[in-house]
Amino acid sequence: MTYAAISSPSTPRRVPAGRLAVYAVVLAIGLALAFAPFLFPDVRAQEVAARICIFIVLVASYDLLIGYTGIVSFAHTMFFGLGAYGTAIALKAMGPSFTAILVGGGAGLVATLVLALLIGLLSLRVKAIFFAMVTLAAASVMLVLASQLSDYTGGEDGITYQIPRAFAPAFKLFEDGDGKVARLFGVPLNGRIAAYYFVFLTSLALFLFMLRVVASPLGSVLKAIRENEMRAEAIGYKVVAYRTAVFCLAALIAALAGILRAVWLKYAGPDVVLSFHIMIDILLMVVIGGMGTMVGAVIGVVVMTLAQFYLKDLMQIGADATAGVPVVHQLLEPDRWLLWLGVIFILLVYFFPAGIAGTLMNKEWRR
Amino acid sequence: MTAILRLDDVHTDIGQYHVLHGVSFDVPEGGVHVLLGRNGAGKTTTLRTVMGLWRARKGAIVFRHHDITAMRTPDIARLGIAYVPENMGIFGGLTVEENMRLASASGEFDKDRLARIFSIFPAMQKFWTNQAYALSGGQKQMLAISRAIIEKRDLILIDEPTKGLAPSIIRNMIDAFREIGTETTILLVEQNFHFAKALGRGVGVIEDGRIVHKGQMADLAADADLQTRLLSLTAEAH
Repeated sequence: MTYAAISSPSTPRRVPAGRLAVYAVVLAIGLALAFAPFLFPDVRAQEVAARICIFIVLVASYDLLIGYTGIVSFAHTMFFGLGAYGTAIALKAMGPSFTAILVGGGAGLVATLVLALLIGLLSLRVKAIFFAMVTLAAASVMLVLASQLSDYTGGEDGITYQIPRAFAPAFKLFEDGDGKVARLFGVPLNGRIAAYYFVFLTSLALFLFMLRVVASPLGSVLKAIRENEMRAEAIGYKVVAYRTAVFCLAALIAALAGILRAVWLKYAGPDVVLSFHIMIDILLMVVIGGMGTMVGAVIGVVVMTLAQFYLKDLMQIGADATAGVPVVHQLLEPDRWLLWLGVIFILLVYFFPAGIAGTLMNKEWRR
Repeated sequence: MTAILRLDDVHTDIGQYHVLHGVSFDVPEGGVHVLLGRNGAGKTTTLRTVMGLWRARKGAIVFRHHDITAMRTPDIARLGIAYVPENMGIFGGLTVEENMRLASASGEFDKDRLARIFSIFPAMQKFWTNQAYALSGGQKQMLAISRAIIEKRDLILIDEPTKGLAPSIIRNMIDAFREIGTETTILLVEQNFHFAKALGRGVGVIEDGRIVHKGQMADLAADADLQTRLLSLTAEAH
């Protein structure tokens, strides 16, 4: 007997239109990111594309926690920072090499695993609010440490360093007949493009891995734990062990995203890898995209990142176009972009209460 | 007949309240056995204490040869005890298939067992890929019971399975429980005496956290005075 044969022949035919639309959008975003260096060759657009790739991994790993397992943690940026600082410190100390990335990233991952295990085993037995407070405290301590241990971390200024030559803009990935860097569709095939594809392909692999996790029986167990821990225990699942395991897994993936961030930026500092602003961004992205959907992370990150980078530009255009209109012109002043970002967020929450992907995926057409 | 489950002077506190005051009874192996009692008598607390969801302060609970009094709930479940709570205990955000798969230790289904479940509860086959929250109350109860029997269990604890169900569904449940009771032992907590009478082999009556009657269901069913005294059942209720 196959499972397809089990499904009901008498159930009315329903087309999961919303689900298809979400998958189509995510596929389009994936294709845009895959060809981003050729579609959007300017430096700022590449920075946006790389940030989107890295944040998709970071936000999807947070969705594993909050969306799939119901764990509220504020320590996600701490693990992101551990991966980034480990890589940055090693690149600074050992020089620009892949060995330094492996050693520093590896050290960051080990530190992440140890801390996540400690926090998980000691705290995941307590109520959700106390666990959230423990993670908040741990993240605060890490932020203070990063600031205080300036001999290693560069303090508030952070660390700048060189990355391996293969990722430097001067590196010729391919040469043409004249010994110059080869071009494809007018875009130079240099180390910068290699760095982008290193970020893109690693992010893609990590995202696919997370999709595999949530589609596996483990994903069902996590959702069961989120719905009702007692019921999950009553059918034989050790909830604390599962929660600790998924907390460690999400932390390790966040640390890997941190490594990518450090390699791409050639800089690690509290503002870009550890601050609570990043944690708030992650939370907003998960909520906007849709918790417990995984693909919602893609949509949430794209919406938020594009708004953060381009809303000001868009408002400038609007302000110029409405130069003669008194109130509207003032409202569209680019300095007020945060106000509009807030308005957009409220509207999204109002019209998509389960997040964009979460709400759309429940829409069906009946035939 | 050997007892599959034995409770000996079990005391359970919930917060500051002393709910079970020395519950003692044996559940013989095989068939359906019923624990009857009024609201608040301690029926649900007894089942939850057996499952380790509430800790017994005193006394002993022995399942086969295992003292499970201090064991953790997942370990008790893995010994072969399934629990169907009063509120059905399904996972609404998962499909019927995912709910069933959760209860399968290997993650795979025994095809013969699945076919048997579909013959007992055809609705499970019909709504196999549907989200569980969208099922009716009766279907949710069927899912909770199906999940309990998707693997071979030695003992199934079922808490008030007829609560809120229509009479026609209750009649189907009686047939289903008779079928399930042929291969496993069921300890059923019920307030619906008609349902209990139709199924039960042995019966215990609990009141104020104490067992006040133990015996055969046939004897209790035949004794209207005893029913009135133990369960406050009036003649109209029969």
